[in-house]
Amino acid sequence: MQRRALMKAAMIAMTMTALQTTTALAVNPVLKIGFVGVTSGPAASWGISNQRSMETRAAWINETGGYKIGDTTYDIEIVSFDDQKDPKRAIAGMEKMAQEGIHYVVGPNVDDGAAAVRPVAEANGIMYFPYAFPKSLYTKPASNAILGMVANYQSGPAIYKYLMKEKGVKTVAFIAANESDPLSQRDSGVAAAKALGLDVVSDNVTYQVDTTDFTPVLTPIMRERPDLLVLSGVSPANAPQLIRSARELGFQGVISTETAQDAGVLTEGAGDLANGFISVGGASTPELASPMMIEFVDRYTKMFGEYNDESNTKVYALEYILETLKADPAAITDVTAFQTTMDRFEAANPYMKGDAKLRYVGMSSFGQRRQVAVPLVVNVFQDGAFETLFVAEVD
Amino acid sequence: MEQILANGVYLGSQYAMIALGLTLIFALMNVLNFAHGQMYVIGGFVTYTFYGQLGVPFVLALLMSCISLAILGALIEKFLFAPVIKGSKREESTMLLAAGIAFLLDALILLIFGEKQRGVPKIIDGVFNWDFRVIMPYDRILICVLAILSIICFICFMQYSKTGRALRALAQDRTAAQLMGVNVDRYSMIGFALGAMLAGLVGGLLVTITGINLGMGGPTSIKAFMMVMIGGAGVISGAIAGGIILGFMEAIGLAVLSQYGDITYLLIFVSLMIFLAIRPQGLMGKPWG
Repeated sequence: MQRRALMKAAMIAMTMTALQTTTALAVNPVLKIGFVGVTSGPAASWGISNQRSMETRAAWINETGGYKIGDTTYDIEIVSFDDQKDPKRAIAGMEKMAQEGIHYVVGPNVDDGAAAVRPVAEANGIMYFPYAFPKSLYTKPASNAILGMVANYQSGPAIYKYLMKEKGVKTVAFIAANESDPLSQRDSGVAAAKALGLDVVSDNVTYQVDTTDFTPVLTPIMRERPDLLVLSGVSPANAPQLIRSARELGFQGVISTETAQDAGVLTEGAGDLANGFISVGGASTPELASPMMIEFVDRYTKMFGEYNDESNTKVYALEYILETLKADPAAITDVTAFQTTMDRFEAANPYMKGDAKLRYVGMSSFGQRRQVAVPLVVNVFQDGAFETLFVAEVD
Repeated sequence: MEQILANGVYLGSQYAMIALGLTLIFALMNVLNFAHGQMYVIGGFVTYTFYGQLGVPFVLALLMSCISLAILGALIEKFLFAPVIKGSKREESTMLLAAGIAFLLDALILLIFGEKQRGVPKIIDGVFNWDFRVIMPYDRILICVLAILSIICFICFMQYSKTGRALRALAQDRTAAQLMGVNVDRYSMIGFALGAMLAGLVGGLLVTITGINLGMGGPTSIKAFMMVMIGGAGVISGAIAGGIILGFMEAIGLAVLSQYGDITYLLIFVSLMIFLAIRPQGLMGKPWG
């Protein structure tokens, strides 16, 4: 009898728990946000930092009760698709998002993928946030792409001007991987450097993406002895090796890039040789990080075991989507409403100290507001950590 | 010119080591191991973990890479390749299996070691500089010497040890070797483990120079296949020759053609296609297999 009562109690408890779980899950409707980007292969680090930033923020929102848009509080679900840096796969990924009824997607990470998904996104009413720089994606008649970071043609001139003024840089050499993104970044970097009056001593040395030893690649550039070596569009995997090889070949000048890097990767791959390396970052340096940014880094680290400094810039896209939807709840299913809201949208930047704002910019570069206003934070690597060199704004 | 030669020797020695394991497995089992690059990556990550993270001496960490990969190779052969080879007469079955293993290992590497580029402290500091005619960091020179020594040890092992003789017999004629009393199953497993161990060894050696990341597997396999095609599939000396030729072609191309952009590999691929059209069995391979 006792045993039967015990079993009955256990059954009731299990049923109640199951019901409770179902009820808890069913409390908030789910808002799906997509991610289409590269999470495998040599450039996996770019997409994974995107995906994990979104997952960390979504888990944080869900844990604290959801995200209120209009009168409804939503749980956020991230739907991810690995495009393997292949435009065909990126199209398939965007089509999957359309089939799932998703209207807001972060990615793709590279130029050709971002260009390939444009027809799918525009035909299916999807706003997407690429990390790709071609201006044609953001200028009219293109309508649905929003640049998710600072482009190299915006950060490059700022860095070169600073180095000319502060370090007396007069000559510059460029090196890029033989891929569309780094090559286009190199070309725009060369144009910007020439426009500023820098003497470009080398701009045609390129390397295969899978290069593992850069000594033979860099040897011809080292003969030119430039004041500044720009690693155009360099991936975090290649940056330490390039820096190390350049320093070992006796290069004494400044090394810089316009892409985001990771301090841990630089420390492991190049150690002290990376001291003085200039790159573009987000807002996680102690001088700039708000308590929310610090908590984000902490949650990311707990969730995935290790933080990736590239996420300093990748954290913003999801926040922009949600804040803009909050500003106009009708935009949840209507991207035209989203586009209209973008023109007047403004909210406090939760990741930065001070009175920085979230808003859409890009009028100067694209003639319409199709870029998120993330701070242009230029960092210098020193003894295992990034220090803020200067902060600027884009538009 | 001196710098080009030095770069060629350095690149050639590491490439030859990468190709050795691949060609050994092909010679023994007629299996194109598409997962060879992933095994190289795991070898690098094992050395990274023991030497870079846990502070174990480099030589011991390298040994751990060799042992880990030998065990992994033996398990893969025994539980995956051996049953498929026995159960299927179609050669593409093993190719598909190898491709599947490559994807599996990529996923496991991502789960265990993460997506980031990893590097370890330099094993020797300093740079050899001969009047700016040859500049070579000491750690590269050491790794080059270690790679050449490893290749010599491997050749001696294959030439003079009982296991090496059995493996060579197996590679020459599987049926004849079996009739002469060679335990084919056992030596196939040993051969695969040895091939995987070589991948682990070179991964462990090169992590000190190039670092390691999960995306290196595929491109490494492709380069290894190129070297094997140049030298001749399944021929040890061919793999070494292929590695050295590719290393020198790359070093010369990068130095001489740099002002024309990245056309070195374009020319290497074109040369390879023309070469294979004329001599499909490679430099030292036999036309009959």
